[in-house]
Amino acid sequence: MSKLNDELLNDVDEGLLQEVSGLEKLKSGAYNIRKNGQGVERKVTENVNIITKGDKPGINIYVKENAKFEIVHIPVIITESGLKDLVYNDFYIGKNANVYIIAGCGIHNDHHKDTEHDGIHRFFLEEGAKVKYVEKHYGEGDGNGKRILNPVTEVYLKKNSSLEMESTQIKGVDSTIRETKGTLEEGASFVVTEKIMTHGEQFAKTIFDVQLNGDNSSTHVTSRSVAKDNSKQYFISKIYGNAKCFSHSECDAIIQDNAIVTATPEVTANNVDANLIHEAAIGKIAGEQITKLMTLGLSEEEAEQEIINGFLR
Amino acid sequence: MLELKDVCFTRDNKKILNNINLKIETDKFIAITGPNGSGKSTLVKMIMGIEKPDSGEIIFDGKDITNLEINERAKLGISFAFQQPVKFKGITVFDLLKIAIGKRITKKEACEVLSQVGLCANEYIDREVNGSLSGGELKRIEIATVALRGSKLAIFDEPEAGIDLWSFNNLIEVFEKMRELVKGTTLIISHQERILDIADEIILMKRGKIEKIGNSKEILEGNIKANINCCRVKKVGENTCQN
Repeated sequence: MSKLNDELLNDVDEGLLQEVSGLEKLKSGAYNIRKNGQGVERKVTENVNIITKGDKPGINIYVKENAKFEIVHIPVIITESGLKDLVYNDFYIGKNANVYIIAGCGIHNDHHKDTEHDGIHRFFLEEGAKVKYVEKHYGEGDGNGKRILNPVTEVYLKKNSSLEMESTQIKGVDSTIRETKGTLEEGASFVVTEKIMTHGEQFAKTIFDVQLNGDNSSTHVTSRSVAKDNSKQYFISKIYGNAKCFSHSECDAIIQDNAIVTATPEVTANNVDANLIHEAAIGKIAGEQITKLMTLGLSEEEAEQEIINGFLR
Repeated sequence: MLELKDVCFTRDNKKILNNINLKIETDKFIAITGPNGSGKSTLVKMIMGIEKPDSGEIIFDGKDITNLEINERAKLGISFAFQQPVKFKGITVFDLLKIAIGKRITKKEACEVLSQVGLCANEYIDREVNGSLSGGELKRIEIATVALRGSKLAIFDEPEAGIDLWSFNNLIEVFEKMRELVKGTTLIISHQERILDIADEIILMKRGKIEKIGNSKEILEGNIKANINCCRVKKVGENTCQN
């Protein structure tokens, strides 16, 4: 692992960055690293500018029109127990630009105080812009203070623009409420893939609210989750078809032990040409899947782990 | 290498397997055939450990495996291809092949090994083992997971079930190729003449019992005669299960 800035980032920080961003990848494009509520390192490129907000904590990221294959990393790391960090990041993506944005939050909490990061991300895509947005949440540390993450993502898509969002929360986050909102104009596309695993006493709630306002706009929302032990998960999806549009939302959950998963799909067609589909499947691992992997030599526990690893990949 | 002694299995007051006694030798290609409900699938599931007998013993390579778990039997060298291939969410063809082989391999190696048994997975090795694959593709992958393990005993539960004629013809070629390349004993449930023709021995099952063991000609001709006389023939002096 190569160092970024020895004075500002120690081994714990770099470990967190590796988990949420991947250090080598991080250096390949524009980036802004936020540690314990402060920006600590930034790099801008010819096509990507990052400016600190004047009125509230956070940054504005500007990607020039027609910029191609730009990469932007905006990781957040928190190692100070008891910190409650609230940040507003706005992305302005120019016409026909093509950009890959990686955001992530890693919390290391070795103490008893609760640590919280609430990131409010807004994306404004001009006509024809394309964004792939990857968000990864990770918690670690031996303290009994909770690690709390409450991300809000708002997406505004102009004509023929598209945003593909992948969010992953696999380990160590005690409580999360994730809100994702989308407003789509003509021909716009919004694809969301969410992966969550909760265990112990963890709690996760995700709320999707997508307004399909333009003709031929579409959204695909997919949630795959595993709930173990006494953890609780809530999946709420509200999709409004206000034009000739298509939506497909899917909640697929594996439940184990005493965990609870609730899926609440809501689709509203406000236009006769709206085509809205929702699927939800919650259940334990299929016995035949375990049997198959056992015939290949895996123990029951190893088979379960393989199935979950694949499911959340 | 495999011996079943007095194996009985009853469910819902029906004797699914009625005192099965069977010896299978090493390096043989054995087909099991017989009408629906005759106990063929239950018999092979007993051997893999997916079902456990109510009474009787299963001996593999001189060891009593009657109470061993599925994975313990797999480690001893028994493999099993399901009649209905199991689908997964997120697990790819390559993942499944890696698990089957039990060691780290590259995609290129996986494809090379597959081509040796008449399969080429280049086109779908990265795809998930789910409903997006065709029935024929799922079958071929299922067969590959067994073929690649290099087992002492490879079991195939009716591989022709649920696939179309064109895919089936390809599958036959896979088995013909496997017959040449794969070492160990193959136990295959099938009703297809081309499979029965390449078998060293055919076991004919009826009503939970082994009716006859012989070659293709003996079994197919005998079976037609037996069908004609099935309602009149009653054997005496056979052992029956206690339950």
